[in-house]
Amino acid sequence: MAVAAGCGDDESSQGADSSPPTRLVVSAAASMTEALQKCAPRFGEMENADVKLSFAGSDELAAQIRQAAKVDVYAAANAKLPDDLHADGLIDTPVVFATNEFVLAVPKDSDIDSIDDVTKKGTKVVVGSQSVPIGSYTRETLAKLPPDQEKSILANVRSEEPDVRGIVGKLTQGAADAGFVYVTDVNATTGELKAIKLPDELEPEVQYGAGVVTKSAQPKLAKRFVDGLTDGACADALQEAGFGPAP
Amino acid sequence: MRTGGWFAVSLTLCLASALAFLTLPIIAIFADSSPVDLIDSLGERGAVDALWLSLRTTAISIAIILLVGTPAAYLLATRAFRGKSVIVTLIELPLVLPPAVAGIGLLAAVGPAGILGGAIEAAGIELSLTTAGVVVALTFVASPFYLRQAMAAFGAVDRSLLDASRTLGASEARGFLRVMIPVAVPGLVAGAALALGRALGEFGATLMFAGSFQGVTQTVPLAIYDRFSTNFDSALALSGVLVAVSGAILLSVKLVQGGDALGGWQTE
Repeated sequence: MAVAAGCGDDESSQGADSSPPTRLVVSAAASMTEALQKCAPRFGEMENADVKLSFAGSDELAAQIRQAAKVDVYAAANAKLPDDLHADGLIDTPVVFATNEFVLAVPKDSDIDSIDDVTKKGTKVVVGSQSVPIGSYTRETLAKLPPDQEKSILANVRSEEPDVRGIVGKLTQGAADAGFVYVTDVNATTGELKAIKLPDELEPEVQYGAGVVTKSAQPKLAKRFVDGLTDGACADALQEAGFGPAP
Repeated sequence: MRTGGWFAVSLTLCLASALAFLTLPIIAIFADSSPVDLIDSLGERGAVDALWLSLRTTAISIAIILLVGTPAAYLLATRAFRGKSVIVTLIELPLVLPPAVAGIGLLAAVGPAGILGGAIEAAGIELSLTTAGVVVALTFVASPFYLRQAMAAFGAVDRSLLDASRTLGASEARGFLRVMIPVAVPGLVAGAALALGRALGEFGATLMFAGSFQGVTQTVPLAIYDRFSTNFDSALALSGVLVAVSGAILLSVKLVQGGDALGGWQTE
């Protein structure tokens, strides 16, 4: 589809209310769905932009950008994927804009209250697929456990989901007993799930990185959106959802 | 002839664009993946597991569909009763349902928290996140394709054949098995092929209801999706395998039938 690049005559002409809104496509990790849906319209109003949000696993979004998808902003659930894209010249220098907490999630009435309980045989565990950040954080974390514990948890894994929404869905539907997600995903379920904090020595550092896609037709507007993730309506929405500020 | 000229040209143009549009992605899959990649991808453990799982679950679901669907379609095709069109519509509804709706529906119905979830659990059956769950998802999305075609096939059989077998003293059951099924076979095979293709390609309902785990619930489409981001070449190669298998099914059905049931193999 030809996005009317020609009508993006000038991204800086914000005052001109009569001009049609400039289209800005934001590819963001699924874990930011609720937060960005709240703040994107506000950003759009301020900038006279029509912000299109596309949520999926960070890896899938990166793959779309590699396949030359028309995207202006890439916001991932780790810093590695943006760095990789930057190294390949696909996005401008990325910034870390938020942090998240990696937790064990269980249904609200579950008896599970520590990672030890998840080692019990027969506990149904869902994790992220190896290719998504949540999946690699999970494996990274489990690798820090004593080998027999790591082995028994991995043996309990019943599904490797392509994004966090799949993990949360399996948990809220009672299809699984425990899963590894971000604390913000648990917050977003409004009480259906509870988060169990992991011991500090296990907890991975979860940083969210974002950058302007090199081929964006609206680089200035895209840059302002990225800036707004650390300071602006979207920064507020992210913190409201439970994200930590950029380090 | 003059007006016929431009009309024929536009018909040809439309056909050419349809053909190009429909075949280009398939050609691209093979153009982008060398035969070496294709064979390499088959040597990879996860790919083999996915292929084997897809074949197994599809075979089981097609067996269930044939076993239950054939008599059901026969009943609908040979009886007139109140509310029949409602039943037919309900049966055909999954044809037009988005896969995500099928997945949510299955979770709400037979998932652990679904309306029948408790009863199923009490019976000691586990569906979500299991291979059995994959079969349920495939059967749900694929069976309407068979039922629809089978109803049409039975409906097209000359009733005097069945009546003749009845007057010769055969029971209806015998007439169904010995007369109706053999006569309707081309249509039934076509329906089974459509259902098979749909089952092999099932993605959304499987992911939502059964999850994705290598060797247990990760069918070929799910394996392709899993590789899409990390290993596009491998995803292409697996896609190539799926195209080849699906193409082979379609082709063999057409050859077996000599061209009738799927709408004419021959051009005339």
